[in-house]
Amino acid sequence: MLRLINLELQKLLLSRVNKVLIFISFILPFTVLILSSIKINFFGFFTLELGELGIFNFPIIWHITTFFASYFKLFFAIVVVSMIGNEYSNKTIKQNLIDGLSKKEFILSKFYTIVFFSLVSTVLIGVASFLIGLYYSSYTEASIIVREVEYLLAYFVKLIGFFSLCLFFGMLVKRSAFALAFLFVLYIVEWLVFWGSYEAFESTDMAWKVKNFMPLESMYKLIDQPFQRIIITKYPDKMDLAYDYAVHWYEIAIVLGWTALFVFLSYRLLKVRDL
Amino acid sequence: METILTINNLTKKFGYLTAVKDLSFTINKGNVYGILGPNGSGKSTTLGIVLNVVNKTAGDFSWFDGKTSTHDALKKVGAIIERPNFYPYMSAYQNLKLVCKIKGVEYSKIDEKLELVGLLERKDSKFSTYSLGMKQRLAIASALLNDPEILILDEPTNGLDPQGIHQIRSLIKLIASNGTTILLASHLLDEVEKVCSHVVVLRKGEKLYSGRVDEMTSSHGFFELKTNKHDELVSFLESDTKFSKLKVEGELITAFLTEPMDASTFNKLMFEKGITLSHLVKRKESLEEQFLQLTDNK
Repeated sequence: MLRLINLELQKLLLSRVNKVLIFISFILPFTVLILSSIKINFFGFFTLELGELGIFNFPIIWHITTFFASYFKLFFAIVVVSMIGNEYSNKTIKQNLIDGLSKKEFILSKFYTIVFFSLVSTVLIGVASFLIGLYYSSYTEASIIVREVEYLLAYFVKLIGFFSLCLFFGMLVKRSAFALAFLFVLYIVEWLVFWGSYEAFESTDMAWKVKNFMPLESMYKLIDQPFQRIIITKYPDKMDLAYDYAVHWYEIAIVLGWTALFVFLSYRLLKVRDL
Repeated sequence: METILTINNLTKKFGYLTAVKDLSFTINKGNVYGILGPNGSGKSTTLGIVLNVVNKTAGDFSWFDGKTSTHDALKKVGAIIERPNFYPYMSAYQNLKLVCKIKGVEYSKIDEKLELVGLLERKDSKFSTYSLGMKQRLAIASALLNDPEILILDEPTNGLDPQGIHQIRSLIKLIASNGTTILLASHLLDEVEKVCSHVVVLRKGEKLYSGRVDEMTSSHGFFELKTNKHDELVSFLESDTKFSKLKVEGELITAFLTEPMDASTFNKLMFEKGITLSHLVKRKESLEEQFLQLTDNK
């Protein structure tokens, strides 16, 4: 396993484009997080301190940081599709196999790398949130801190799921740009499914339930948007805004199911294809 | 003799097109093999199948003793197909390091092999800055990293300039002289003739011949003759059963033998007949002529 990750890391880190993208996808959310946590003084007119809003309180901070940080996954998605696209356009995938890498090892080296970077990203976000939380949070009891750390798990699963989807699209269309376009197509398809099931069941509830099983939506659903929650914490009387924002085991199960399917399909594609 | 590769009744279909049809042959250790055939005769497809990048339709093949899986066997094989495929943004050294990681070879081999192909000074230049000849030599260095039991080369001189072709050919000869088995696919006949001891001839995916280069056709060679008694010689040759076919091009008469006969015997015979020859050469068909005979007959 280490051999396969090592192999893929060499391919990735020696390319300047990839280095920049990886840097952006990991360091940028980190920096944004740090910046947003410091007190910004607008030329003495007023000071903006997001910490004052209470969004850096435990346990809500886990929810908020993972939600916003997950938008930066798009940068690494480019890396994932290009690491497949480049193998095809340079024909190095063919040479790798001829040199004695099995098809299974080839896919696994990509997948392990995805897991590795997802893990690094999760740890970075975890540590940053923890430190900022310690600094700002009004409550720092251990029991409150560890409450809702499952958002970190959800974040980790979300990244793996999304990158596996990119891996599959990369294998399917062999070209990075088309693979990214496919993501957009899938987004539209999911809305079509939503519309279709609304027509079929004549209920928005049912339509949402169906859409929640779709790849992109299921990944999005792992970490629900935190805006309503922020409002609720600020104004406890607005209970009509209450919604279910927790991370559920079945949400994680759906995404893991998609992940397994995408990795398996990528392998099948490589296996039946003549290079 | 130790077997390296056995192919049994291998067939590959691309839709309606049959690229390889019921092909069988065996590669033994220590020989230099050529796979010969016009473009589109299934050479690269056959190599692709045994190298695990093209899926076969029917038949089977086995590497070495038949017990190792293909991808493990490939770690003991060195192969380059068509164009050299490397990561353009990496240097030669980094590219070879990657191959070492895949094959499980010591990094110390890298300098040794770069030295062999004469690229040691350029080892830190990016692959994308290399000329085609250098790329091809790097590919050979890469294929040799694991000191393979067999080196497979698919059209290694394709697209190279004369110097490049010469460099690659001398490299191949050097490698062959070290006892490495070589399998060379090419449509360039003189290339195969110059380096190979055995050939497999393919046409439209079918095997026409496999065996030693010099036993490819059953011919006994031919004489090229010139004389001032042109008509007498022609009529004599036509009546003699030792000669099958005659070809007359201006003054030059080409007579094909049906049984062995050396030039001095023929010369003596002619002298006895009172025909003096101004030109007498005994030749065997070149591989090219043999190849054209083989591929045209069917």
